[in-house]
Amino acid sequence: MTLPDDAVRHLRRVLREPELPGDRYLLEEPVGSGGMGTVYRAYDRALDRHVALKVLRPDVADPGAAARLEREARILARLEHPGIVPVHDAGILADGRVFYVMKLVRGERLERLAARATLTELLRTFLRVCETVGFAHARGVVHRDLKPSNVMVGSFGEVLVLDWGIARVMREEPEGSHPGELPGGGGAPQDPARDADTAPGAILGTPGFMAPEQANGWSHLVDARTDVYALGAILRDLVGRRDGGRVAPRPLASVWTRALAPEPADRYPSAEALAADLTRFLDGEPVLAHRERLSERAGRLFRKYQTAIILVLTYLAIRFLFLALRGL
Amino acid sequence: MPATYPGTRLSLILAAREIDPEVQRAAWEVLVSVYWRPVYGRLRLKWRAQPADAEDLAQEFFARAMERGFFDDYDPAKARFRTFLRLCLDRFAAKARREERRLKRGGGLVHLPLDFAGVERELDTALHQGSEADEDEWFDREWVRSLFSDAVEALRTSCAGTPREIRFRVFERYDLLPAGDGDRPSYRALAQELGLPGTQITNHLAWARRELRALVLERLRVLSGSDAEVREEAAALLGAGGG
Repeated sequence: MTLPDDAVRHLRRVLREPELPGDRYLLEEPVGSGGMGTVYRAYDRALDRHVALKVLRPDVADPGAAARLEREARILARLEHPGIVPVHDAGILADGRVFYVMKLVRGERLERLAARATLTELLRTFLRVCETVGFAHARGVVHRDLKPSNVMVGSFGEVLVLDWGIARVMREEPEGSHPGELPGGGGAPQDPARDADTAPGAILGTPGFMAPEQANGWSHLVDARTDVYALGAILRDLVGRRDGGRVAPRPLASVWTRALAPEPADRYPSAEALAADLTRFLDGEPVLAHRERLSERAGRLFRKYQTAIILVLTYLAIRFLFLALRGL
Repeated sequence: MPATYPGTRLSLILAAREIDPEVQRAAWEVLVSVYWRPVYGRLRLKWRAQPADAEDLAQEFFARAMERGFFDDYDPAKARFRTFLRLCLDRFAAKARREERRLKRGGGLVHLPLDFAGVERELDTALHQGSEADEDEWFDREWVRSLFSDAVEALRTSCAGTPREIRFRVFERYDLLPAGDGDRPSYRALAQELGLPGTQITNHLAWARRELRALVLERLRVLSGSDAEVREEAAALLGAGGG
């Protein structure tokens, strides 16, 4: 027999699909593919719901990729936060590839939101990204691949930070502990064996969003401020996309400029500090990263107290008019 | 009838003259079963041979390759086996053209029972709009089709007359339909049609696909020149390692 074209195409597609152990998950269709893995929408028969199933791409020759995917699942499992996709299950395919099952996220990528959101909406969304990243830092995890396409915004405005495949575990946190902030100033990961792909000289990340210490492979200098740099790059990118080349408010530009400082010591010390400065901007307060001129200060105060100023001026104008009319 | 696969790499068997003739014959069957369609198509498309001439040249190519050890010089480090075979075929065809050789059917050589008329029907369009890139693409596409067809036939044979026949039936009714995905029956409809519980459709399809994957990989291992080539072909065809 000779197979028709349609049958050959179909067979090639179905034979590419991962062969899952057992019959709990029924694969439906691929919904995304990245540098390391493919994400499928799948149906979980046991719990009668749709889930996302991430599996290592079979054509990925990098021997460290399987370990990274496995580590990503473990990192996600330890980061329980509304801004991080929960992992439900993990396992090994018949061909030895690692997979894990997580919540199926519905929404759109951050850069798409940027095209139509108001500046305030966009900055409030960005603050939730900072909050999520800050939470991960508090748990001893640096993301190292933050960029707009790794942030999903759900239909109810919920923000999810995705793709923790090259995250770096700076220290282990005991179960149930309430750790403090990730120490700045660099430092080796607590257990180098867990971080084999981040050996000195290894460069993983996305150009344009990578801090100099990451782009140069100086992994001993990577810490929370490496993510602060990426957050600054995201902020600049989002505002740039939205405003299409128009000049952004100088205090806002100063926020990302400080986050993007080449020297880690010159950046905000944490994602929370960046978020706090951005909140000041949103609230019409002076931004720490920006020394404002008198005219800027006047403009900011005018914008902040715009309603009250207009009311007072209106009152004064009416009063003046009234007095003027009486004097006639 | 699908080819019976020798246990080791075909290219090595073809090159090893001292090997058991039975094993070598089996290896040739494998080669012919997967390559005759691409070979015939290339003779028609690239060399513009008339159907009867292309048929004779294809038969002669396999026969001469076996007699004269065309593949003895194959070096896996230099090219894929598929590319090497195509070069051998082009050299053979060029020589035949220079000598203006027109073999009579049979030509004193073993005549392989191959369905050239079937290929001819599919070549019609390609013959009218072919470029050199199309010729290579057609060769590769037919190689893939032959590989999968041979593996499916092997699966059918292994299931025939056994309790696994129903599994192949499910696979045939769902995966082998000449239709787009939208035209396939639902699992429920297929279960009703074949009188099976709905869950069995999933299980039977999973089994048949697993078997087919193994059969395709087995053929790739045999037909490739090196482990690297197997991995490369497997990734391109199935998105899987050659194991």
